[in-house]
Amino acid sequence: MAFDAPEDLDEFRTSVRDWLEENCPPSMRTPMKDDEIVWGGKREAFKNPESKLWLERMGEQGWTAPEWPAEYGGGGLNKVQARVLQQELRRIRARPALFSFGLWMFGPALLEFGNDEQKKRFIPDIVKGKTRWCQGYSEPGAGSDLADLQTKCEDKGDHWLINGQKVWTSYADQADWIFCLVRTDKSVKHEGISFLVFDMETEGVEARPIKLISGSSPFCETFFTDVKVPKDQLVGKLNAGWTIAKRLLQFERSSISAGGFGGTGGSGILPPQEYAKQHVGVDETGRVSDGDLRARITDHLMYAQAFKMTVQRSTEEAKAGQEVGHTASIMKYAAAKMNQDKCELLVEALGTDGLGWDGDGFADDAKKATRGWLRSKGNSIEGGTSEINLNVVAKRVLGLREHQ
Amino acid sequence: MSFVLSEDQQMLRDTAMAFARDEMPVAHLRELRDGGANGVDAEMRGKLAELGFFGVLVPEEHDGVGLGMVAMGQIMEAQGRTIAATPLLQTAVMGASVLILGGSEAQKAEWLPKIASGEVSVAVAVDEGTHHAPLNIATEAERNGQGYTLNGAKRFVTDGHHADVFIIAARTFGEAGQAHGISLFLVPNDADGLSVQALATVDSHGAAHLTLEDVALGEDQVVGAVDAGWEVLEPALDRGRIALAAEALGSAQAAFDMTLEYLQTRKQFGQLIGSFQSLQHRAAKMFTELELTRSCIAAALSGVDEGRNDVAELASLAKARASDLIHLVSNETVQFHGGIGMTDAHDSGLYMKRARVQEALLGGASYHRDRYAKLNGF
Repeated sequence: MAFDAPEDLDEFRTSVRDWLEENCPPSMRTPMKDDEIVWGGKREAFKNPESKLWLERMGEQGWTAPEWPAEYGGGGLNKVQARVLQQELRRIRARPALFSFGLWMFGPALLEFGNDEQKKRFIPDIVKGKTRWCQGYSEPGAGSDLADLQTKCEDKGDHWLINGQKVWTSYADQADWIFCLVRTDKSVKHEGISFLVFDMETEGVEARPIKLISGSSPFCETFFTDVKVPKDQLVGKLNAGWTIAKRLLQFERSSISAGGFGGTGGSGILPPQEYAKQHVGVDETGRVSDGDLRARITDHLMYAQAFKMTVQRSTEEAKAGQEVGHTASIMKYAAAKMNQDKCELLVEALGTDGLGWDGDGFADDAKKATRGWLRSKGNSIEGGTSEINLNVVAKRVLGLREHQ
Repeated sequence: MSFVLSEDQQMLRDTAMAFARDEMPVAHLRELRDGGANGVDAEMRGKLAELGFFGVLVPEEHDGVGLGMVAMGQIMEAQGRTIAATPLLQTAVMGASVLILGGSEAQKAEWLPKIASGEVSVAVAVDEGTHHAPLNIATEAERNGQGYTLNGAKRFVTDGHHADVFIIAARTFGEAGQAHGISLFLVPNDADGLSVQALATVDSHGAAHLTLEDVALGEDQVVGAVDAGWEVLEPALDRGRIALAAEALGSAQAAFDMTLEYLQTRKQFGQLIGSFQSLQHRAAKMFTELELTRSCIAAALSGVDEGRNDVAELASLAKARASDLIHLVSNETVQFHGGIGMTDAHDSGLYMKRARVQEALLGGASYHRDRYAKLNGF
């Protein structure tokens, strides 16, 4: 389907609506279930067969990545059209067809820094959800000080040779390919880092899941032993990977603050005030009877509303061509605080019902809230700790100097 | 909701910011204070009138410019930057709003042009206790043959010490705590039986306690329907709260800017103190709060202009967050400045003193959290 008259928005809206009516399967218009989220890639099992159909159809349209260029399989829509598409998807409460680090992080960076050949090779499979990507950034000795990474990459003439270890690699055990920061020059720090991509099935790659306090294992330790990578899988110039790495982190922080946090609870969890009403009770005027808890829940709800409005404001300001600056760091910091506060309030409002771990003695939503609370502690650590984000705000936004 | 200013609104903002900076800097408030003016400044009132600031909410048919709350918010934010004492909140926002929302055609025709021109200043008098509680009105308006007789007292009425006319909330029915039975009365400052006790307040803006003893009023001095004054008062209070939140935002931003500049110039241990991480993180957190609160205020201002049905919620959100913001920033401004922040010669203290008044007026953070929770059904 082509839309040659972008100015004719009404026509575009009608055609989108018709297409969705015909192509969005019925179960894809129901609230997302946690175990039916589609991450794509070779290992995707598609628990709900309609989610496979939905991904195929959306991927064919390029509408999993509406604004990416059509020549690489993207939707080729302009901003206004993309908004119409989003509105129409929201109107029928369509589930996202695909969750993907390729869509949120690697793809945008590759479109900016990759060569034409690389874009043709990797972008279409990201759009269609055929390749699942993971991110090889943190190392045991390089967390907040990411640029201190040591994974060694040697030039062996016809290939690169990789040796080292990554950690906190999200879903490395499920991913098909990795985008990875490696050290190509030991004599300098930031200027000695390069950006490589390779197949996780390459000999010498091993991913071991890490069990978290929440009981889940979304992250892995990933080991590289004499991994051979073809020369044409370097993205950008040799030793120029840090620039790409930083840009990609901005995409990551934006996607996190746009709601991509672990521990947000998932489906079926009620807002904290509802649990407070049920478990703490209300007085004769309908107020939650624990005034202190009620005030803290209110404070959180206000923070959440302020956060949402600020996201809206920076979108509008960007559209109006105003300088937006480094809002991503502010918003990442704020989103972490907001989500952690919410999770703490959920558990507190649930009382002892929020202290279950497993089994029939506790309701599903309560157990989810408990696990989500534990998982949320990572929100202020992953994707740049809150302290690092505050450093970024202090230096880049407020112009404060570094300690000498 | 719109978060971006129109060209007209941006122009007004630029004018107001320049005026506050050049014509009513903090030094001017100091002069007023040291001269014992108690926040009364007839000359400034004239200048503000010339700029048309009193008529921003007043419709064109009553000689105003009818630009709306987003525009008014820009002026309030500008006056907040320099913690200036002006009658704008009471006259141009609250007084004008009561008359626009509840006034009869005759009342509008009589008062709105005078408000817009700056000829008349108004003070809306609601609270009778030490904490904002607009339903707890005990002042009585007793019906008699010719009209009403008012008896009661109002506390800490801002601009009360120099207002030309009062809008007084009194009870024509029921008892304190009930919305039904509140009525609004226009009372000139020279009415028999009205006494005004000027107060010397911590922020040097001044205020007044009012006592009403058998104040006799005519039917035509009632604004809005008898017993149903709350329907006018509540939305007018919300406009005041939002405007006051915008003022507090301006004060917080100015105090933050002053603090940031100090961080970039003051040296200790051979270092700029702004290079110390403990201060950097606190500054970055304040900045985050400023940005989040700025969005709430922009939303509330435009919410009024768009006639949204959740203005009460937006107003409480804006006022609660602005109160918390100015509390935090004013305290940190003193602490970041160290010893000099404790001196009268430095502006930090003036911002902190004004902050507490901005917080308390029209309901502090706890009042508005309670209201917001109630509006959200818990």
